[in-house]
Amino acid sequence: MERQFVVEFHDVVKIFPTPEGSQVNAVDHVSIQINQGEFFSLLGPSGCGKTTSLRLMAGFEWPTSGEVIINGKPMGRKPPYLRPVNTVFQNYALFQHMNVFQNVAFGLEMENVPKTEITRRVGEALEMVKLGKMGRRKPKQLSGGQQQRVALARALVKRPEVLLLDEPLGALDLKLRKEMQLELKALQEQVGITFIYVTHDQEEALTMSNRIAVMNKGKALQIGGAVEIYERPNCRFVADFIGETNFLTGTVKAIAKDKVSVMLPALSKEIDGIGQGNLSVGESVAVSIRPEKMRLADDNGKEVSGLRGTENLLKGKVITTAYIGSDTRLVLDLGGGVQMRAWEQNDISTLDPEAYYHSGDAVRIYIPFENTLVLPEEVS
Amino acid sequence: MTSGDYSEKPVKKYSLTKLLRESKVAQGLFLISPANLYLFILMVLPLLLVTGLSFLSRGTYGQVEFKFNLTNYTRLVDPLYAKVLVYTLYVGGATTVLCILIGYPLAYYIARAPTRQRSLLLFLILLPFWTNFIIRIYAWIMILREGGILDTILQFLHLTKTSLSILYTPTAVMIGMVYEFLPFMVLPLYTSLEKVENSLLEAAADLGAPPWKAFLRVTLPLSIPGMVAGTILTFIPALGMFVVPDLMGGAKTILIGNVIRNQFLTARDWPFGAAASMLLLILTLAFTLYYTRKAGFSEDLLI
Repeated sequence: MERQFVVEFHDVVKIFPTPEGSQVNAVDHVSIQINQGEFFSLLGPSGCGKTTSLRLMAGFEWPTSGEVIINGKPMGRKPPYLRPVNTVFQNYALFQHMNVFQNVAFGLEMENVPKTEITRRVGEALEMVKLGKMGRRKPKQLSGGQQQRVALARALVKRPEVLLLDEPLGALDLKLRKEMQLELKALQEQVGITFIYVTHDQEEALTMSNRIAVMNKGKALQIGGAVEIYERPNCRFVADFIGETNFLTGTVKAIAKDKVSVMLPALSKEIDGIGQGNLSVGESVAVSIRPEKMRLADDNGKEVSGLRGTENLLKGKVITTAYIGSDTRLVLDLGGGVQMRAWEQNDISTLDPEAYYHSGDAVRIYIPFENTLVLPEEVS
Repeated sequence: MTSGDYSEKPVKKYSLTKLLRESKVAQGLFLISPANLYLFILMVLPLLLVTGLSFLSRGTYGQVEFKFNLTNYTRLVDPLYAKVLVYTLYVGGATTVLCILIGYPLAYYIARAPTRQRSLLLFLILLPFWTNFIIRIYAWIMILREGGILDTILQFLHLTKTSLSILYTPTAVMIGMVYEFLPFMVLPLYTSLEKVENSLLEAAADLGAPPWKAFLRVTLPLSIPGMVAGTILTFIPALGMFVVPDLMGGAKTILIGNVIRNQFLTARDWPFGAAASMLLLILTLAFTLYYTRKAGFSEDLLI
């Protein structure tokens, strides 16, 4: 039997006309499969098509081509009120003329649920989001965080198959946002409903999601777990968008079994790394090296312990240092106009200035070959 | 400049400048005095005059005699005037209801139109105000009179054979009234409908409401403030209207406004006219108070 996904995109395209008269592919041939009970995030910069994708699931937009399938049923042009999904809107979209209770009860009234059951279920939903005593307040009398919870309760009370969340924490301050992230995650595990979460905040996506789809310019570039997309990005954009990294540009010189050699013209040096995607000799590539994934040593000719001998070795000079407590952030000059950021963990505790790097120090940079990622410029 | 500069100057004990410098209350009163003056001259004074006039007597030649008397008010109890009053309330009410029924879809359409078209449509709503009201009424007379534009068109299309004879009937008065007050209903309705965000309708749809239910449960309640404002702007002036019944009703349809006008201009009984005006004023005030208490008059009503 074929595996049942709760939400599927089959080669979905959504084209919008622009005010200038041209067309824009807001969603460009996207295929996604989302499992039952999953916390799935759509992550990308603004205008990448993540919100449009969510609106295609909710039914506010219909695909130009391709198919949106929910619970195995093609949605076609089904309107939002006939779909088994509910949405938490970015600006909450609470009904200002109704109190909290009436807001949450609205969806159940639409299903003609009996009055006593409505009272019970709304009470439970408000209890769940810790607003048990706020039922009679109007939305305007609540704080941003509380309004957010009302929006959540209003959607969850319907017991949807899938809950769609469109940057629900975007309007909250940082501290509250962190709290709500954990609460949302706990809530999702408690109710067991599939959450599809749109965000531009990579940390939010990494913290909460089982899987993440990284989107850019309407395309879903990579879909995978937090570790996968951070450690093994499949293209330059994903490596750049998730976390911080250094890029060295070069051309593929040779491809061995799982080792790719890249010529770096700026440094006149060859470097080995793990190739991602279908690379071919002669292709121009981006070599991604994350600032925490390298090892520095003084360039004094002394042997460095704990090396395997397979590391790439680069040489450089320290330009600036910034001590930030847990680590020291350095900017290195590799010559040929190439700079690189390196984060040295402060795993020793000493006041001795000799133990730290200073600007002007010459350093050797050891980069394990598996920390050196050879990425195509674009996903094929 | 130091504060010492002030104390060195000799200051008169009760000068206005000193008062204004030291008292916040005096400053406030001074600053709002233009508005107060305006209200006093244009509202309080005339109102006092009318009130006073309504307790005086009519002389033999139509002049006002300074003799206190209450008969102006007792005369109003006459069933004849009670009938006029009831009919006035009916015409005012019917005008308001028709303005809502016609104005609501219009305001809704404008509020949902693309932004660029919206200002053009609003401009078209206001365009008639560029022409004098009387001239526009005469235009309606040209349209509705026997053998007028409407008859001509209908007969040309072979829809009717004889004249509809609408002019100088209550129907003509109704048409004129609704025409005159429609913009005053459409504009506040538009203002409140325009504020209903699309995301609210999406939320309603998302929660399972088909479009008509979303309208009844979300759009309609949120447009109530506009409807209240529109009703006040329509119903109250409609009660005092006398031009439309005069010109389009052929002086057969008598509203309280006509009674007042006739007392001042034709019957030359100013004290009785003033008493009728007071009655209309009290009626209007009572309605406004009752209605706004019930519907909730708040600042955002007219914004």
